[in-house]
Amino acid sequence: MAGGIVTTPTRFGWVLVIAHNSSFAAVAALPAPLLSMHAEDTTMCGIVGLYLKDRTLQASLGALFAPMLIEMTDRGPDSAGFAIYRDPVGENQTKFTLACDDPETDWQALDTDMEKALACNARMDVQGDHAVVVTDAAAMAAQAWLAESRPLVRIVGSGRSIEIFKQTGLPKDVAEQFKLASAKGSHAIGHTRMATESAVTTAGSHPFATGLDLCLVHNGSLSNHNHLRRKLERDGIVFQTENDTEVAAGFMTWELRQGRSLHQALEAGLMELDGFYTFCVGTADGFAVVRDPIACKHAVLAETESWVAMATEYRAIAHLPGADAARIWEPEPHRIYTWGHVH
Amino acid sequence: MAELDLKEIGVRGVNAALQASPVGSNEQDWLINNPMGQHAIACGLDAPLKVKIAGHVGFYCGGMNQQAAITIQGHAGVGVAENMMSGQVWVTGSASDSAGATAHGGLLVIEGNASSRCGISMKGIDIVVGGSVGHMSGFMAQSGHLVVCGDAGDALGDSIYEAILFLRGKVSSLGADCIEKEMRPEHLVKLAELLDAAGIDKNPASFRRYGSARALYNFDIDNVDAY
Repeated sequence: MAGGIVTTPTRFGWVLVIAHNSSFAAVAALPAPLLSMHAEDTTMCGIVGLYLKDRTLQASLGALFAPMLIEMTDRGPDSAGFAIYRDPVGENQTKFTLACDDPETDWQALDTDMEKALACNARMDVQGDHAVVVTDAAAMAAQAWLAESRPLVRIVGSGRSIEIFKQTGLPKDVAEQFKLASAKGSHAIGHTRMATESAVTTAGSHPFATGLDLCLVHNGSLSNHNHLRRKLERDGIVFQTENDTEVAAGFMTWELRQGRSLHQALEAGLMELDGFYTFCVGTADGFAVVRDPIACKHAVLAETESWVAMATEYRAIAHLPGADAARIWEPEPHRIYTWGHVH
Repeated sequence: MAELDLKEIGVRGVNAALQASPVGSNEQDWLINNPMGQHAIACGLDAPLKVKIAGHVGFYCGGMNQQAAITIQGHAGVGVAENMMSGQVWVTGSASDSAGATAHGGLLVIEGNASSRCGISMKGIDIVVGGSVGHMSGFMAQSGHLVVCGDAGDALGDSIYEAILFLRGKVSSLGADCIEKEMRPEHLVKLAELLDAAGIDKNPASFRRYGSARALYNFDIDNVDAY
């Protein structure tokens, strides 16, 4: 599709589109059928990322990051979510973020049962309808036990430092529920959602986990997600929703399981994922940004001596200290940008 | 010079103050502080004002401008000076995509780089970019001039009509129906004039000219698959 738009002279279709949309040049670049199909999401959803180079700022990560997320409310008032990287656990431990739609969930009982069943230590921290569990049980065994004995509990994220929180509702309410403003940590990525491809649910909110300490947020829409989902399901990837971004996350997960590096997985994504996207990928020690070859989903990057920030719109970055003097640029299409050690 | 604080009065407050500025009054010079990356700053002006914006702006800054000279001291978001009719918009930093989109007239200067689709569907504006432009720049450009001192990304001038593109650096690829054309004396004169207006000291002879091959102007049955 991408190549088709660039090289095929479908002039007469475009003339018609431009005549009716003279103020929206990015939209005007789409042929008419695509325009009607994607009109609502060509402008919507917001993604943000903040990576602190200056370690002294880590105590105020949440205070700097929460306004970024909230500034993107206009782009995504349906639901919001974020991944925060903090308090890495020991080598032999795993940190799980769990969520359950049932408000009656007895997290303490889960903790006790898990310790008993797996003969392990488990430390539980309940935050809203999410719970962060740190355990020294083998990660695979813990996952299997959760799937077996707590089928309604979803594993939202896992790794050594990642914690993922997401919920329906306004970004400011989601930020408040999970005490984002007071969070400390090294980096965070977040998403405000205006749903177009699937229902407004907590499970359909971003970020989506793609592996240990890895997650993905997405602005855009994928057009070949049903085909890819069927293919990945045959390869053993399990999906919780009908969401297109979850397919992108599943694709990344599968690629990484084949032993590919994150960079290789993202490169494969550029080849296989068809549609409009700006992705931000959170990693154990940084984040990556990638845009589709047409790049009509907005993105801006800003960097100072102290931090690197990514956002759908610069206004989400404007309040950061030193933003006025930051180096600001738009990431190029079809190019992978990374901060931290991404291999 | 009158100062406005956008943080205090918001985009609507700023634009209302600028648009209400009486013709011939002393209030022709404006400074806008704390733009905070907000969208649609200094849009819809129709008076010979001088507006300086102290910082980075969001989308559509200076959109639909007539007569005013707007300077953005920083980065400009998507669609800067879109649909400008006359006047001038000057960006000291870089610009995101679709700079000068569909604009009918005036001068847009971007000292840094412009991202994808710079000058998309331009209808008479002159755009001078000190750095490079992204892919699909000059897409369906109908008239006016796009001057690029750096390089151009893929599909430059795709489906171009009668706009004239001047490029000093390399082009990744040309779009459908866009070709390199001879640089004639009148083009060198026009280019010198544009570079001068943008305060750029480059030899016009170091640029190349691109424009329409006019092969897509009339329906050709051999192209039917392409439509």
